[in-house]
Amino acid sequence: MRYRLGVDVGGTFTDILLIDQDSGRTFRAKTPSTPHDQSVGVLAGIEKACAEAGISLAEIGQVLHGTTVATNAILEGKGARVGLVTTAGFRQVLQIARSFVPGGLAGWIIWPKPEPLAALEDTVEAVERVAADGSVVTALDEESLRISLRRLKGVEALAVSLINSYAFDGHERRVAEIAAEELPGVPISISSEVLPEMREYERTITTVVNSYVQPQVARYMDNLATKIAGGGVDGNLYVLRSDGGLASAAAAAAAPVNLLLSGPAGGVAGATWVAEQAGFPDFLTFDMGGTSTDVALVQNLQPRTGRETKVGDLAVRSASVDVRTVGAGGGSIAHVPELTRALRVGPQSAGAVPGPAAYNRGGEDPTVTDANVVLGYLPTQLAGGEIVLDRDRARQAVQRIADAMGLPSAEAAAQGIVDIVNENMFGALRLVSVQQGFDPRDFALVAFGGAGPLHANALGRLTGSWPVIIPPSPGVLCAYGDATTSLRDEAARTHIRRFSRLTDAELADLLAELAETAAATLEAEGIDRAAQTVTYQVDVRYHGQGFEIPITLEPGTGLDALGKAFDAEHERLFSFLLGNEHELVSARAAVSGPRPNVQPAALAEGTEDASAAVTGTHKVWVEGGWAETTVYDRSKLLAGNIVQGPAIVVEMDSTTLVLPGHAAFAHESGCLLISPVEA
Amino acid sequence: MAQIIETATAPLTPVDVDPITIDIIENALRNARYEMDEVLFRTALSPGIREQHDEFPLIGDPSGRMVVGQFGLSIPALLDGFEGTIEEGDVLLTSDPYSCDGAISHANDWLVVMPIYVAGRVVGWASMFGHMSDVGGKTPCSMPTDARTIFEEGVVIPPFKLYSRGVLNEDALRIILNQVRQPDWNRADLNGIIAACRTASRRIQELCARFGADTYTSALDALLRRNYDAMKTLLSMLFEDGETLTFADYICDDGVGYGPYKLVLSLTRTGDKVLLDFSGSDPQAQGPINYYINENLARMFFGIYLITVADPQILWNDGFYPLVDVHIPEKSFWKPEYPAALNARNHGIGRIFDLFGGLLGQKTPDLLNAAGFSSSPHFMYSGNRSDTGEWFQLYSIGFGGIPGRPIGDGPDGHSLWPSFTNIPCEFLESYYPMRIERWETVADTGGAGLHRGGNGVDVAYRFLEPGTIAIHDDRWLTYPWGVNAGEPGARGRKWIERADGRVETLPSKIHDVPVRPGDLLHFVTWGGGGWGDPLERDPALVGLEVRRGLVTAEGAATYGVVCDQDGAVDTGATAELRERLRATRPEPSVFNMGPPMEEILARCEEETGLPAPKPPVRV
Repeated sequence: MRYRLGVDVGGTFTDILLIDQDSGRTFRAKTPSTPHDQSVGVLAGIEKACAEAGISLAEIGQVLHGTTVATNAILEGKGARVGLVTTAGFRQVLQIARSFVPGGLAGWIIWPKPEPLAALEDTVEAVERVAADGSVVTALDEESLRISLRRLKGVEALAVSLINSYAFDGHERRVAEIAAEELPGVPISISSEVLPEMREYERTITTVVNSYVQPQVARYMDNLATKIAGGGVDGNLYVLRSDGGLASAAAAAAAPVNLLLSGPAGGVAGATWVAEQAGFPDFLTFDMGGTSTDVALVQNLQPRTGRETKVGDLAVRSASVDVRTVGAGGGSIAHVPELTRALRVGPQSAGAVPGPAAYNRGGEDPTVTDANVVLGYLPTQLAGGEIVLDRDRARQAVQRIADAMGLPSAEAAAQGIVDIVNENMFGALRLVSVQQGFDPRDFALVAFGGAGPLHANALGRLTGSWPVIIPPSPGVLCAYGDATTSLRDEAARTHIRRFSRLTDAELADLLAELAETAAATLEAEGIDRAAQTVTYQVDVRYHGQGFEIPITLEPGTGLDALGKAFDAEHERLFSFLLGNEHELVSARAAVSGPRPNVQPAALAEGTEDASAAVTGTHKVWVEGGWAETTVYDRSKLLAGNIVQGPAIVVEMDSTTLVLPGHAAFAHESGCLLISPVEA
Repeated sequence: MAQIIETATAPLTPVDVDPITIDIIENALRNARYEMDEVLFRTALSPGIREQHDEFPLIGDPSGRMVVGQFGLSIPALLDGFEGTIEEGDVLLTSDPYSCDGAISHANDWLVVMPIYVAGRVVGWASMFGHMSDVGGKTPCSMPTDARTIFEEGVVIPPFKLYSRGVLNEDALRIILNQVRQPDWNRADLNGIIAACRTASRRIQELCARFGADTYTSALDALLRRNYDAMKTLLSMLFEDGETLTFADYICDDGVGYGPYKLVLSLTRTGDKVLLDFSGSDPQAQGPINYYINENLARMFFGIYLITVADPQILWNDGFYPLVDVHIPEKSFWKPEYPAALNARNHGIGRIFDLFGGLLGQKTPDLLNAAGFSSSPHFMYSGNRSDTGEWFQLYSIGFGGIPGRPIGDGPDGHSLWPSFTNIPCEFLESYYPMRIERWETVADTGGAGLHRGGNGVDVAYRFLEPGTIAIHDDRWLTYPWGVNAGEPGARGRKWIERADGRVETLPSKIHDVPVRPGDLLHFVTWGGGGWGDPLERDPALVGLEVRRGLVTAEGAATYGVVCDQDGAVDTGATAELRERLRATRPEPSVFNMGPPMEEILARCEEETGLPAPKPPVRV
């Protein structure tokens, strides 16, 4: 079947991207999201896109979907009631957690007491014990377990996490069998399957989160599959995982903890696709929305992945694209504490309701969007006319900041708000670049999301990452990512061994075994072995260290070479080496299917002269004063056009600001490439 | 006094900095500080630093004043005591509290300080100290509970140049590392600390490149002034001119049989300034609990309490120091005379927060929490594995109950120290010959209150190899007090169940206790005090906590709640009980410290299984 379909469900809009795999032609549709049942909006969007393409729903071969269902369940606290089985003596593993209290000295005074995701009254203990080497110290007491489990009637999902189960999973498996008998119909997650790694709290919380989101994700997947099949779509449904790979709907529903960053991973995948078209394999991503901003680093078209996934205050151990989130976006509220008279932006957000003052929906607090309005960076309408911006209200709100700080004008305050929020974004970009030993000047910067293109040029100036790439339709980039990603599966295992107790052959066997597991999964999805690509990664540290460094390696790499690769990476990151022995911590094999064929949209050839796209002029505040600025219609730009800053480039879902001293080049792929103009 | 060599002679020029740039630099400093933590956590080897985060970063302005950091230490005090030059590429190392006027307070803390140069001028200082698990001396982990002089506490490194103009003094490092039991840990942790300082140094140089050194340093002045102005406002808002506030608390014992040591702190505002006065505190201790506190640290602890509530996003710095005078009597608990032992000063560091809480809470209800700090309870276990003979050594920090607070209940079994975490059971079991048989909070140990104090923790360690253990804790005798009618939390306890069935109560400060395979140690920490009247707490919540096992059905009676073992509340009986309790109890006071001290001491042996300590005497 010729067509692939990317689906991204956002808080406000559902974006659909339909791709003709033969010609590479794309068709877009945007429909309002339907939060009560997201599948309604998805189906409406699919129908709209198919109508535009003039095809029937039956011609769609694959539906590829980035979903925020799991994330929202956590952020809104609306997950399942989870029962938890722990080893005797450890029922408070979530209550105590890592004993960590955020904030500085005295931070404990203002930190609210957290409630565990599996309530203590729904936690029971199993009398059993496994030692760190996997040997059984105390056999599982099945009778007392059955009695305890009966107390959990009413839980909607069950998590099992026993001490040292990463070294021996037999007890957990038996607990699951017994639980299936005692609590029929309740989905069960066991920690040795979800995360076979050392550290009981991290493994338990990850397993509990899996249980917490599972019923909702399963219902959603089921519902969506039924609905689109009922609508006439014949193809398979795939879901984008946090690590940027695709999984079948069934696999996704079985391990939903791996979907927590499905949404942002779609953005990074989309950015990767457009950056490849524009010819920039190394880049940072900058996805700025209304309430938060996600950033990531991509090297040689491979997003950096990490082992920790954070959603709000919750951190779980699951593989994900190393996306860092700052709680600041267009809706972030600026305020001036009386005591210090400093300018703070966020963490409070005006959200969509009441929204920025300029939305005229009852919001009175000055937001980043209001600052952009005051400075003339935003047109008078957003989202194709859905929102009309009220300049006077924005100005009144921002003026209050100017008054509180003693600044000469609302414009000065607005510039301050924008500068501060840009600096917060810069901080996040440094986390993924400088702090990981990468120089941001060696990278381009791909900016998207509703507010990304507005702040992108300024961020490029702070990071020195050129060019700044503004993809075509930056608001629907996630759907692009969903549609252009290959099927992927990963098998991983913790295997803690000092190098002196490990051989080259054992390492090779371990990797081969993992590759076989992952390859079999993809084969079951209908991808021939011949079409699969395998990559290997191991985590290594100096024996005694608490953190590992992931090292990518070729099959057949020996321990000597691996040790050297680790040393080089340690030196790069921390600027010193130790004489201590190396230690393998875990190994992974990732198997990918072939890349789908998607052709980029090609702009018609033009010259440097962009005047045909000019729609008018507009006053903007730049570098401390008002400047008359040219406004361009992005859809009229031709390949090769050069837009000199200061300029504003407007399209349906986004606005790009080009600063003085910079120019935007319209690339044939549809991207705008902003760079400083050589003096 | 250090002589700082700068190759550029033109002084830094103060310039006007717009407020936005100040905020941007503030933000960048905050990021640099967290990056320092990150670099160290990821490279350190000792569990105390890599898992528990017992380390403290600081970035200073050109004169060494802290512009960002999370804890004390004083660069000016160190530089005052350092004889010699300081040049670009130098890295100073010390572990001697007496040579830096208490910038660090025991020899386990290794302090690294390096100047940050831009174009031949000092624009700031990067500094960090971390607790080394072992620095030699007569007992593993180097914290002998019976030490009477610092000479018993391992290698004491005077301030010296570990790196001189970028060149490592390898001989000195070799001599130092030859004194310690686990040199590869010290080497890795020290390397990590230096790497963290170098990272900070690079970040500051980048900021200077971006904004110019004049703008950068002028922005620091503005940030310091911002703290000064904020504190000036706060002081006049909170404290009446001329009025003296006082609060007293105790350290239970000193490890060699004397105690409790009374610690007194008073505050008086005169005009713009306040005086913090430690007079009235007991004399320096015989044992190693003395807390040699630098005046600047006292200022910082004081300020942090006040400002946390006022603007939590402020970047904490030294700017307000001129507003605070500090008086610490010589030869007291807080300023012992060389060569007094210092290793167990962690109890004093903890207790000073209870002191400040009790002192400042009297005028600032938002800050009036109940008592929590027992200390940072240390547990150590070491020996040789019987199969390989390999040396193992564990230094770990435990946690207890966070007190009941104005905003709500205190979390159970959490850390009062910033960024500290526990060491996972599975980590301990895979690296040490031990099995953890229980790790849970103990019902009813949190003080009853409208907002309950957090419960203390019981960690039960089963030993699998012969070795020795050591314990450092406190609040075994005096109570974590409750406030506003809240009850005190429970005291900490330790006992060992020998493989042969004997049960021994252990004192809260002891080292070199031999253990055999099969012995089981229960290390039970303190509960946080309660906040507000327990009779006002929602009975349904009390019932729920009974069901959760955080409060027992018997313990519910303290809240005037009658319920069964499953937490089902008898509403009628509860109303009756509450009425009776209200009618018969004495009028609640602001602070509930438990029974009078004479009574505590009289009942000591009966209640704790340990003899009462002897009254402190002047050394």
